[in-house]
Amino acid sequence: MILEARELTKFYGDFCALAGVSLAVDEGECVSIIGPNGAGKSTLINVLTGALRPTSGSVRFKERDVHGIGPVALVRLGMARSFQLVHIFPDLTVLETLQAAVISRLGRGTRLFAALANDRAVREGALEVAELFGLADKRYTLARHLPQGDKKLLDVASAFALRPEIILLDEPTSGISTADKASIMETLVTASRRIGLRAIILVEHDMDIVFGYSDRIIALHQGKVLADAPPARIKADRQVVDTVIGRRRGDVAPC
Amino acid sequence: MRGRAVLALVALAVLLVPLVAPAYHVLLMLPFMAYAVVLLGLNLLFGSAGLVSFGHALFIGVGAYTGAVLTTHTPVRSLEVILLAAALLGVVAAALVGALCVRYVKIYFGMLTLAFGMVFYTFLLKFYRLTGGDEGMRVLRPSLLGQSLDAMPKTEYLAGPYYYYSFAVLVVAACVMWRIVHSPFGLCLRTIRDNPAKAEALGLGVTRYRWYAFVISGAYAAVGGALLGPPTGNVDPTLAYWTQSGNIVFMTLLGGFASFFGPVLGAFVFIFLQDTVMSVVTYWRLIFGAILAVIVIFAPGGLMGLFARARPAEVSRA
Repeated sequence: MILEARELTKFYGDFCALAGVSLAVDEGECVSIIGPNGAGKSTLINVLTGALRPTSGSVRFKERDVHGIGPVALVRLGMARSFQLVHIFPDLTVLETLQAAVISRLGRGTRLFAALANDRAVREGALEVAELFGLADKRYTLARHLPQGDKKLLDVASAFALRPEIILLDEPTSGISTADKASIMETLVTASRRIGLRAIILVEHDMDIVFGYSDRIIALHQGKVLADAPPARIKADRQVVDTVIGRRRGDVAPC
Repeated sequence: MRGRAVLALVALAVLLVPLVAPAYHVLLMLPFMAYAVVLLGLNLLFGSAGLVSFGHALFIGVGAYTGAVLTTHTPVRSLEVILLAAALLGVVAAALVGALCVRYVKIYFGMLTLAFGMVFYTFLLKFYRLTGGDEGMRVLRPSLLGQSLDAMPKTEYLAGPYYYYSFAVLVVAACVMWRIVHSPFGLCLRTIRDNPAKAEALGLGVTRYRWYAFVISGAYAAVGGALLGPPTGNVDPTLAYWTQSGNIVFMTLLGGFASFFGPVLGAFVFIFLQDTVMSVVTYWRLIFGAILAVIVIFAPGGLMGLFARARPAEVSRA
């Protein structure tokens, strides 16, 4: 088991976003978290990645209690994330963005007097990821000048450049045309294999992607786990289909 | 390549100034070079880390008074020792002040630095015995590279050896800062400026990096402050007053914070423009206020931004 959460609750004032969520992610798994808007998906990701402190409950990563240690320490331990709303560095180029991630991974951020331009390990590490994500041609483009899809890709690519053991992707294909979604997912799968990722947690609204790529699906509803099962069993679960999937879209009819 | 040629020409011109320019203008170059050192440091915080300090006069004061206290209360007269001591005290002061300030951003950061600046100003004003209160302190003429130059007439000393010494300090300060800005650390600062939440998600400790930048900028401001004392032979609390902090932010905006040498150009234009305007009208702040408004509205990139717009933007290929 790589990541384990027990009885997580999170209150925003009186509003209960998570009401006792427990989950576990094993080696080699791709786990999707689904649920209608407001089900607590993003809160859960934020708690798992240390960006938010849970009101109660615990998170264990690689057998260590990581509750409240914060995102920086979690990255050190091997957990990375991407954001639902695109998070980029607008005035940095694609290459610089990826270089920053590699600098972080190699622990070279406090090299005050070293010339970045001569740091081959950092440059090659960044270019390797740029190639993997098809961003190599745009490496000198400022992030803010990238098309929306590439911004999203850069956000994810910079997380991969950390070479994490587990990655949490918060809607990696949101805001991207349906035609491009599949190719982004293919890129992600290839990249995951290349960097030896041990597990993926995916928050996603597109049910074709969820059912096509997940080993297991966790359905959230009103801050609780409604179901936690392989895709085939989720599809057969009337309650999940009605509350989570059916409402969302008509194209994934239960088999 | 073109940038290097321009830089070499400017350096040559600065070297030639004492030979061709009237002494009055040569002496005006001294505060310019001192402020240029201050601004190189300030812009690591402003341009790279995206934090606007309204309290850096504090560190200018620390450096300036270091020189005054050392030359009047101790036998130390060596400018090398003074600059080193100023840098060290600047580091200590900035480490303490910065540890609190960098936990905040934007206006809260600015106000907190302003508050510390005011506290220090009042300290200089009220601790009469150590600082001389509002009259300030004398700064005895420092020796340069072990050479005591007390016999030399004042203008000759300032327009000659002291001028070249200041320039050498500026060149070294600029080279060191160039390396810092173009280091992995410099890139990390820019990630934090652009998007702190994303920087954290990439494992970069935002507060820690901001603090490093603050400490480095404090050391630079102190070194620049130490260079300000000898030309006038006197330091007083106005050096550390909050309007002084405002002036250096103005210089940075005037020259352009997005460019490495922008703030240096800003210091040059500010010093010489202030001198010209003051000789014509007494209300120089009226003129400068209007200039600042025009810059913010029409040329947010400062003077360097205007040059950059004249030729196609060059994307950095680090």
